[in-house]
Amino acid sequence: MEQPLTRHIKKDGSWLTLKEYEAVGGYQGLKKALTLTPAEVTKTVTDAGLKGRGGAGFPTGSKWSTVPMGPDAPAIKYFIANADEMEPGSFKDRLLLEGNPHQLIEGLLIGAWAIQARFSFIFLRWAYHQAAKAIAECIREAYEAGYLGAHIAGSDFHLDLSLHTSVGRYICGEETALLNALEGKRANPRSKPPYPTVHGLFGKPTIVNNVETLCNVPLILTGGADWFIKLSKTGEGGTKLYGASGRVKKPGLWELPLGTALREILEEHAGGMKDGYRFKGVLPGGGSTDFLTDEHLDTPMDYKSVSAAGSRLGTGTLIVLDDKTCPVGMVRNLEQFFARESCGWCTPCREGLPWTTKLLDSLEKGTGKMEDLDILTFQTHYMAPGNTFCALAPGAMEPLQSALKLFKADFDRHIHEHKCPWNNHG
Amino acid sequence: MTTENILTTAEISAIREIYRHFPQKSAACIEGLKIIQRQRRWVSDEAIRGLAEILEMSPAAIDSVATYYSLIFRRPVGRNVILLCNSVSCWIMGCDQIAACVKKQLAVDYGETTTDDRYTLLTIPCLGTCDHAPAMIINEDLHRDLTAENIGPILQQYQ
Amino acid sequence: MANILIDNVSYSVDGSKNVLATSLSLGLNLPYFCWHPALHSVGACRQCAILKYKNAEDKKGKIVMACLEPITDQLRISIEAPEARQFRAGNIEALMTNHPHDCPVCDEGGECHLQDMTVMTGHNCRRYEFKKRTHGNQYLGPFVNHEMNRCIQCYRCVRFYKDYAGGKDLDVFSSHDEVYFGRQEEGALESEFSGNLVEVCPTGVFTDKTLKKHFTRKWDLTDAPSICHQCGVGCNIIASERYGSIRRILTRYNGDVNGYFLCDRGRFGYEYVNSPGRISAPARKQNASSWILSAEEAIADIKKILGASNKKRGIGSPRASLESNFLLRRLVGPDHFYAGIPRAEGKLLRRIVALLKNGKVKTPSLGEVKDYDAVFIIGEDVTNTAPMLALNLRQTARKGPVELVKAMHIPEWNDAAVKDIVQGTTGPFYIATPHTTALDEIATRTYRAHPDDIARIAYTVAQHIQTPLPVADAHPTENPSSSAEAGRTASPRSDIETMTKSIADALLTAKKPLIVSGTSLYSQPILDCAAGIASALKDKGKDPGLVFIVPEANSIGLAMLSDQFLEDAFEKAGPDDTEEEPAEPDEATLIILENDLYERTYKTQADLFLSRHKNIVVLDSLENPTTRQATHLLPAATFTEADGTIINNEGRAQRFYQVYIPDNGVRSSWKWLQGLLADQSPIATRHFDGILECLVLEFPELAAIATLAPAAGFREGTQKIPREPHRYSGRTAMHANVNVNEPQPSGDADSALSFTMEGYAGIPPPALTPFYWSPGWNSVQAINKYQIEVGGPLHGGNPGKRLFEPVAAQLSVIPSAESSPAASPQAIPPSFTPVPGQWLVLPLYHIFGSDPLSAQSPAIKERMPQPYIALNDTNAAGAGILEGHFVEVLLNGQKQRLPVKLNAGLPPGTAGLPKGLPATTGLPFPFSITINSALHD
Ligand SMILES: Cc1cc2nc3c(=O)[nH]c(=O)nc-3n(C[C@H](O)[C@H](O)[C@H](O)COP(=O)(O)O)c2cc1C
Ligand code: SF4
Ligand code: FES
Repeated sequence: MEQPLTRHIKKDGSWLTLKEYEAVGGYQGLKKALTLTPAEVTKTVTDAGLKGRGGAGFPTGSKWSTVPMGPDAPAIKYFIANADEMEPGSFKDRLLLEGNPHQLIEGLLIGAWAIQARFSFIFLRWAYHQAAKAIAECIREAYEAGYLGAHIAGSDFHLDLSLHTSVGRYICGEETALLNALEGKRANPRSKPPYPTVHGLFGKPTIVNNVETLCNVPLILTGGADWFIKLSKTGEGGTKLYGASGRVKKPGLWELPLGTALREILEEHAGGMKDGYRFKGVLPGGGSTDFLTDEHLDTPMDYKSVSAAGSRLGTGTLIVLDDKTCPVGMVRNLEQFFARESCGWCTPCREGLPWTTKLLDSLEKGTGKMEDLDILTFQTHYMAPGNTFCALAPGAMEPLQSALKLFKADFDRHIHEHKCPWNNHG
Repeated sequence: MTTENILTTAEISAIREIYRHFPQKSAACIEGLKIIQRQRRWVSDEAIRGLAEILEMSPAAIDSVATYYSLIFRRPVGRNVILLCNSVSCWIMGCDQIAACVKKQLAVDYGETTTDDRYTLLTIPCLGTCDHAPAMIINEDLHRDLTAENIGPILQQYQ
Repeated sequence: MANILIDNVSYSVDGSKNVLATSLSLGLNLPYFCWHPALHSVGACRQCAILKYKNAEDKKGKIVMACLEPITDQLRISIEAPEARQFRAGNIEALMTNHPHDCPVCDEGGECHLQDMTVMTGHNCRRYEFKKRTHGNQYLGPFVNHEMNRCIQCYRCVRFYKDYAGGKDLDVFSSHDEVYFGRQEEGALESEFSGNLVEVCPTGVFTDKTLKKHFTRKWDLTDAPSICHQCGVGCNIIASERYGSIRRILTRYNGDVNGYFLCDRGRFGYEYVNSPGRISAPARKQNASSWILSAEEAIADIKKILGASNKKRGIGSPRASLESNFLLRRLVGPDHFYAGIPRAEGKLLRRIVALLKNGKVKTPSLGEVKDYDAVFIIGEDVTNTAPMLALNLRQTARKGPVELVKAMHIPEWNDAAVKDIVQGTTGPFYIATPHTTALDEIATRTYRAHPDDIARIAYTVAQHIQTPLPVADAHPTENPSSSAEAGRTASPRSDIETMTKSIADALLTAKKPLIVSGTSLYSQPILDCAAGIASALKDKGKDPGLVFIVPEANSIGLAMLSDQFLEDAFEKAGPDDTEEEPAEPDEATLIILENDLYERTYKTQADLFLSRHKNIVVLDSLENPTTRQATHLLPAATFTEADGTIINNEGRAQRFYQVYIPDNGVRSSWKWLQGLLADQSPIATRHFDGILECLVLEFPELAAIATLAPAAGFREGTQKIPREPHRYSGRTAMHANVNVNEPQPSGDADSALSFTMEGYAGIPPPALTPFYWSPGWNSVQAINKYQIEVGGPLHGGNPGKRLFEPVAAQLSVIPSAESSPAASPQAIPPSFTPVPGQWLVLPLYHIFGSDPLSAQSPAIKERMPQPYIALNDTNAAGAGILEGHFVEVLLNGQKQRLPVKLNAGLPPGTAGLPKGLPATTGLPFPFSITINSALHD
């Protein structure tokens, strides 16, 4: 099984130096890209079928191709790596950031060449201190070696890259909110349209891509689109970092072919449930995806299949719910997170999530009523996609709406028994 | 009062260095707050006014940004800031019990600072280390796989 | 045009708006909060949700926000679909989770947009059973009250205050459901436009603090359409009364003038009307004694005196209506009527009238100012001399960048997107003033100079535009004697050359450049050069605009009625020589109309002039040094108790109406003057319209003023227009302690308005609209129903009439090198040369303080500056004077000790004093003073 993305990452926790990275073929993708026209690079990425690994799964090549190009395009464009990883239960970008920042820098460079960007940023969440050290050092090395700055690798291509460490708030990961944060403003999301690809950072065309997305880009350039597509099991292109947390025997993170079955990840790689715990459900791609249960275990973990099963691939990191953990409590924890992380701009999210949280809290305390379930269901419609200004609140509704359906009996028990039947969490 | 009295020359030049890279001075607002906080652990009203002067913004505009972000502290914090993850994986793995332990040991609740100014206890969203839940950050150090037993010795490392 | 389908009804609509604005324009009811017709769309509140269908087959539709949805041909939407209705009700329900149930004690109650929208969505049953979040409130100064718990986080306040009005001290703090709108710390809101928060906020967070002091529900107010009298811009207002006092001022929408907004002087400066010091009864005064008279006695008394004296002399006023000034002129005769302003100001105003009348450049309305794309302000501190013009110029500054965004196919109404792309950039905007101004922050470039040098700069710009250049060396020459103290303002000549060139280029590059100037520096060359630039731009095929700022509400009207000024009256009264024994007071009777001479001229001069008259009749509303010397005092109405017409700086004649009939001796000045004219002239018995007829007959160029509003005989059907809303309460109870009978409502023979709640219930003609109210719309947002389309003209057209339009041939404006007769271009002055040891004092205008009437309003008083003197900092440093030091200066014959301010940016050799404060009243700017040194203590 090929693991092109993580194969070279060292087990001792240190990152690949420039030398080490070059020794395993690093920056060859960039050199290849510089021999191609920007349009050819974009086409290669499009052909490879690479989809955004940040959660939404938007085809990366298509995104790049909407950036204005040519002599009339703005002289300044930006390329940004989204390293804000803060989705509950997601811990995939951390590995790439701590283990091999040069791979990300190379991906950024290729992307920047493809859209002819002049400046780039890595937008890193504050908590990733080890990654910050690694990235800063690798950027320094890359400048020194002429991979960043003017006349990159002897070409006419110039790119500056800076690291921006954020100061908290999950919403910064939303790409337009991220732009506001980079501009030194409150990170409320921006109106779309216009899309950042045309009017982004400081009003200029901007691409924001997830770290994992970008780390795949050098591989596509060196390996070619066909090779990349074949990496996946189901034809969507590439490998994927899958992770699992919760009461599984071996929580962890694995690079596997895109489309690996949920069961395989859970049972083989994560080692199945811890002794004494039974599987009850799973959030397949982080905190803002719908629960899947037993019946979905054979779903291939790719974008299409997980959607068909009623959830989303999201970040591809499983959060496993066991039978000794209260599903209502778990959803309450998630909604508390989303309520607190709401930016406060639009009404449904700002007012709806705290209400949702209070209702779930009251269920957990044993003071819930049957009508509360109607209100909760109402909230899931009220905060449905399109109803809010950005995708935070609709994301927050995904675990809730699926829990209300799949674990209805557990919600009812809280009401009838006037307490949390698990009562194992405060 | 002029800026020079509020912010150190080192801080001021660090902030100036940042905004040189942006089309607008105000774009250095968050970086400026970080620089100040690095020096003083938190950002006082005075420091806000000082930064406002350098960036040619109003104090209100700066504070609007400062109060938005959870990791800019607008109130004094202790020498060591404990950020305990309370997101979903850590919750499943028992972060509430860890929190209870910490609170009991330090005799503080979330948002509070110990009377000796040694610790401030806060929560933080998912630390991205869910396979080693529960987890926390103290200052800049990540601590993972927390248990009721190992939490005490970890806290002791911080003066 | 686009054909769209709303709830299966097809409409043909203008495609330039969003779906919300379009629906409202069609008269459909669709709730909203964050959208505002002047602030546009950001999509935050999610209240305007509707269903949008992909095509005819799509029956399910998808929720979209109407305010963010462009109109496209064949668009299919539903406002009434159950899914959309449920969403909107749910959204209100969510907002209500934290909104207090305090409507009965909330100042907004009964005119609350949130109440209206709640009722509109049908949400009425609370399901939320948890605690509400609470916030602390802040002290925000004397104008605006803060009650944060009522906030529904629509973000309109900060969008108006910061983005639209350029305010700095109100912002949004924190995040998620804790967002807080207020100041960083308690204190008075600094923006000159803070009062608009009262109307912009959809609920009771920001309310009118002056109203709170004598609170009255909207439905209990008697309202009249009025015109603000606090500066020369003439904003349209609604003035409201209960129990004989004015309770508040609101914006009266007029897209051609102030649109949706007002400045704080206009909104809160009304309180002097309620002053306990109001002159309320006619009086005869002799020595120190005074006798209250009845109206009849007073008139008989004064008529006797007038009959006995051989001469009458009348002093008119720029703050009195055309009608009052006209009747005074009738009474004393045109030869003896003097515009009650100094000659220096009068000549400038006459010059402006000449330029308005005979210029080839359009003077845009205040509303149209926003459509220009480059600005050059010459010599005006606009924020303080014409505040609402400054607010609109801030929008003008965004015009250029916004046009670029529009060219990228992003609709201008998508404010969120426009803002993200414009990124705070402003278009070409140049300011030449003697000192720093609030608009400097949006200027491309500012230039600080003495008024003479400002004129020279403007002249050079005109020359650059009008190639080939008439050869002239109009650059401020470097002055050898002052080069040592050449501060930041004494720019080298080459610098001025490049700057004037760049201004000229910017104006020539723009499509619609706007030149703004005015009377505040008392310089005709400035006016002429401003007009010269504008006409040169016109010659170059541009579509320029030219705006002049004038000092007072009816400055233009007064200047049109007379070309004699105060000095002319002084000369007529006797030689101007204080040494000489005052001549025996001549037999002339002096009649002063709503004017305090001590505001207009030196105290010694006013004293001398008054002392030369044995009988002085003063018509005024508040005591002042002039009224104190009256032998006969007549209590004049303020703008709230009178009907009248005034002409603003644009040359727009506008009508204001009496709000209520005072129950004391107060009457309109023109009514008093009618009394004095009784038996002499048929005009004495005429009603308001009859006076207009006579006025127009004598001044045919004012003909339009007779058509500003429907005549008094106008009826909708058979009905008058009520000043009181249909829900007016307590009419029988209000005076029950005095009389249990319901009093007969007073009639109004002068207008088509009635003083009652009975009458026509529909939308009245715009000039006669006393309030906005529409079924389901109790808040100020009801204005939507009075407009042909939202944000557009009113049904029946925006009121007011422009008296002047540009003409093809025009009088010469470019000043020449040699001096020419008055009223034609004056010579370009030589560059200002400071005289060592002397300070040339320039006027500094203050929105709160420089207008003496509004300055007597308690709330405004709190915001007035203390007297001070501003000095050029280099000169001051040379004299050892520092910021905060005190200096002693001789003003108006009195030694005054004033604190020093140094950071006003004044050019070398100049100083500034606040205009119009009690300490500086009557000073004829500019004048020279000497300052010995700082007083140290
Ligand atoms: C509330 C919210 C938080 C998000 N956080 C992240 C994040 O931390 N990292 C990330 O890569 N994408 C995040 N996204 C997705 C981004 O908006 C964006 O789609 C992504 O960065 C695009 O990159 P991709 O196309 O490479 O996936 C978030 C989206 C939302 C709505
Ligand atoms: S859904 Fe609305 S309030 Fe929530 S984060 Fe997005 S924009 Fe902010
Ligand atoms: S009015 Fe449309 S979202 Fe607020």
